Amino acid sequence: MLDLIEKNLLREVADLDGLPAGAYNIRANGKSVSRQSTANVEIVSKEDKPGIDIYIKPGTKNESLHIPVILSESGLKDLVYNDFHIGEDCDVVIIAGCGIHNCGGGDSVHDGIHTFYVGKNAKLRYIEKHFGEGDGTGKRLMNPTTNIYLEEGATMEMEATQIAGVDDAIRVTKAVQAAGSTLEIKEKVLTTGDQRAESRFTADLNGEGCSCDIVSHTVARGNSYQFFSSVLNGNAPCAGHTACDSIIMDQAKVVASPQLSAASQDASLIHEAAIGKIAGDQLIKLMTLGLTEQEAEEQVIAGFLR
Amino acid sequence: MLTLQSISYDVEDKEIVRDVSLELGDEFVAVTGPNGGGKSTLAKLIAGILKPTSGRIIWNGTDITEASITDRANMGISYAFQQPVQFKGLRVRDLMTLAAGKDAKFTDACDVLSEVGLCARDYMDRDLDGSLSGGELKRIEIAMVLARKTKFSIFDEPEAGIDLWSFQNLTRVFEKMEEQLHGGILVISHQERILNIADKILYLKDGHVERFGRRQEVLPLLIGSAEQTPCPVIQKKMGGD
Repeated sequence: MLDLIEKNLLREVADLDGLPAGAYNIRANGKSVSRQSTANVEIVSKEDKPGIDIYIKPGTKNESLHIPVILSESGLKDLVYNDFHIGEDCDVVIIAGCGIHNCGGGDSVHDGIHTFYVGKNAKLRYIEKHFGEGDGTGKRLMNPTTNIYLEEGATMEMEATQIAGVDDAIRVTKAVQAAGSTLEIKEKVLTTGDQRAESRFTADLNGEGCSCDIVSHTVARGNSYQFFSSVLNGNAPCAGHTACDSIIMDQAKVVASPQLSAASQDASLIHEAAIGKIAGDQLIKLMTLGLTEQEAEEQVIAGFLR
Repeated sequence: MLTLQSISYDVEDKEIVRDVSLELGDEFVAVTGPNGGGKSTLAKLIAGILKPTSGRIIWNGTDITEASITDRANMGISYAFQQPVQFKGLRVRDLMTLAAGKDAKFTDACDVLSEVGLCARDYMDRDLDGSLSGGELKRIEIAMVLARKTKFSIFDEPEAGIDLWSFQNLTRVFEKMEEQLHGGILVISHQERILNIADKILYLKDGHVERFGRRQEVLPLLIGSAEQTPCPVIQKKMGGD
């Protein structure tokens, strides 16, 4: 049974007020507390290390899988390996996320290592949301690693969001793409206070006609620090695009470090990076509609991180 | 009633607006004059985006010279920018809702957008960014002011970039607005077709009011003076001095 704090975390990271429909695995304080497999989605505990293997039958369409993780015990260090085997021609949605409530003195850490094997012509939408709360002195740390293997013609859309309360996060995302595969990643990050967020993306575009689009929108406030790096390796005729766009406020610091490498003359790789404060004319426009400067700022940020 | 009392605005000792005194009632005033004459600056001074170096601005008996943009907006002053502002992630719906107020119905926004020739169904969920054409952005900018239904509305060169949508429609928008709102409308424009429907014309040159009066009196003088002073380059080519 989940208590009130845990239920709130679940709502924040997975928009869930109760148990979801379809397959799910809810992990609370280092243990799986609730699980349901379905006819097409099988969830099996790993024997050699913490975590689960998820097998989605080829041809499974319009099914969803929820795998939220919540930590409410202060000082807990949770490490989990989740492997997703998505069969050919699937069309599925996976909703992951981690919520930490830390009201104690010890640091709470969740390191989630997710590996996706997306089969031929399969379509996957993966949504991951990170959230932290609690007024203890212990930090809330999350280090998500996402390994992505896209087979021929596979498509993956990934949305990663970290909006509040995570003190330190290192997100590592690595993708290996076969011919005709498509990867789209949207990242949204808001850091405040003394928080740090690092995002490191690498995509190996190995198959002919594959494409990859990584878009990161971040807002850095207070004294926070953000680091973004992206490495696109175009090893075949392919199209790769990354864009990191950051709004910097107060005394925050943002570093963007793109890298493109091409080993095929038909590899088309583009990187865009922009760091800047909120445009003055955006605030003025909103103020002429009756918003205060602060409300205008919030409106701009809310849109930017939508 | 908006009253400007001896308004001046300087930038680094250069007078952009010079001792302008005006009374603007519930009427349609077209502001015209050469580029750099201070038209947009005057509009920004009224909206509170710029603060005058000297002089006072009175709105319905209240001195608003020190009032913020927000306060003036909430008192009933609206301003459609010459260059519409673009946003990352904000949609037409967001801005229209802010403009119309929380209680406004979807059908209200629909009506306003259709007045500027756009279908709400096609546009409400579009991002207000470069994915829209300059003309579309401009029409949405105008629609936002229409949606506010305030007592004083300023439009800075509304005709600029109005692509396929016709002038006739634009002038109809202003005429309808005047009929329905019974408020003050200030339109900065170079277009005779807009000057033709104004109650009054304000001619600003070098930051100063050169002429201000009823259209019937001012317009013939402007057209006359424009005919008398052709472009100096053409004049030179024609062998003039």
